[in-house]
Amino acid sequence: MPQTKKEKKGSFEKSLKRMEQIVETLERGDVPLEDALTMYEEGIQLSKLCIDKLTQAELKLKKLLRDVDGKFKLQDNERPE
Amino acid sequence: MNTDSNPQAHVYSVTEITRRIRGTLERDFSEVWVQGEISNFKHHTSGHLYFTIKDEGARLSAVMWRSRISALPFTPQDGMKIIAHGRITVYEVRGVYQLDVYRLQPMGIGELQLAFEQLKERLMREGLFDPAHKKPLPEFPERIGIVTSPTGAVLRDMINIIARRFPAVELILAPVRVQGYGAADEIAQAILDLNAYGEVDVIIVGRGGGSLEDLWAFNEEAVARAIYQSNVPVVSAVGHEVDFSISDFVADLRAPTPSAAAELVVRNRLELLDILRNYCYTMTQLLQEFTDSEREKILHFIESYAFNQPRELVRQHSQRVDEVDRRLRELVRHRFELLRGKAVELGKRMESMNPELVLRRGYVLVYRDGKHISSVKRLKVNELVKMKFHDGVAESRVEGK
Repeated sequence: MPQTKKEKKGSFEKSLKRMEQIVETLERGDVPLEDALTMYEEGIQLSKLCIDKLTQAELKLKKLLRDVDGKFKLQDNERPE
Repeated sequence: MNTDSNPQAHVYSVTEITRRIRGTLERDFSEVWVQGEISNFKHHTSGHLYFTIKDEGARLSAVMWRSRISALPFTPQDGMKIIAHGRITVYEVRGVYQLDVYRLQPMGIGELQLAFEQLKERLMREGLFDPAHKKPLPEFPERIGIVTSPTGAVLRDMINIIARRFPAVELILAPVRVQGYGAADEIAQAILDLNAYGEVDVIIVGRGGGSLEDLWAFNEEAVARAIYQSNVPVVSAVGHEVDFSISDFVADLRAPTPSAAAELVVRNRLELLDILRNYCYTMTQLLQEFTDSEREKILHFIESYAFNQPRELVRQHSQRVDEVDRRLRELVRHRFELLRGKAVELGKRMESMNPELVLRRGYVLVYRDGKHISSVKRLKVNELVKMKFHDGVAESRVEGK
């Protein structure tokens, strides 16, 4: 599954941090049951997204170039054998 | 002087002939590299450097203008063997020719080592190696800039390692020459370009092993300054396990080789998978405990006040608790099973990529000269190859194909 542009920057890291937070909150137990259920759902959802990311097998290789106007652009590159 | 022998010969004035000499010399030697030994070195009060470059057969006057001195990575001294890059100029008024030097570099190891020490000293005093200036690497880079030669095993190895460890990244290659005259400038520019492009989280700059001369570009000031100015964290990966290059000192992190850099820059997804599994398990456990304790509280509440309440109401409350409890267990079990299924599947796929397990299933890996051969096209008839089984190695000869 390719990394879509909609995926926010740093989402993997944020997901891990959020899961850690959820674990801590559930451990403390100082929230109502409803909230605990919601957080649990959220946590499971996040870990699903993370696993999807880890399952992504395709490494993307690009080359940095400048076009005629001197602006940067990326060109797809083949993996060297 | 007798012009009778050639009555057609043109008689030059001194100015004329000097001008013509100048034209010829400056045209034919507009860019040269000259090697020799420095002598009569003088750092003039004007700020300019005057010296002679000599060898056993001849001497050449040289000058290096004050404005060019900052580009010197070392202090020239009498006796040093150097290569000077510049152009020949002629001073008509004094009737002399000289080398107008743009750049000076030491020739040979001794000179190189001296230059290395001098530059290292100077940059250290300027604060370029200051630990306080170093930036931490991002834990999960999404785009990794790589500054290295586009050909050769170094890039290929780095790519393979990153592909194995954490393929969900984008590698942005800024190809450069990694040795030779001008390579340092290319490397420095590539680092600046990646910074200007602005979308990389970390940069690896490096090359494979070689002699001090081969690696010299990574000891040049241009590269050091580019690394120091980089807002993106830089890993210096110059392939010599034991020694350090100047880029190693300035970088935010030093890797002993480019392959080591690839390992340092991304985490292993198998490890992360374990962490995720743990999170899922822990969250589920905690939620279970949470609901158990909530259930206890509710039941306790009901039991404490039951004698005051109508029996029907008590029964309804109990039922509600059971209902919620049941739905909760359903929910938890369903979600958890889904995830566990995914994790198991991923784990299996990871393991199937492990070559040892492939071998155990009966496959054989073929090697020639220590390199893995994955295509029959790369084999020639009569070649000797090694066949690696899970329990040993055999030699065999290609009979036909």
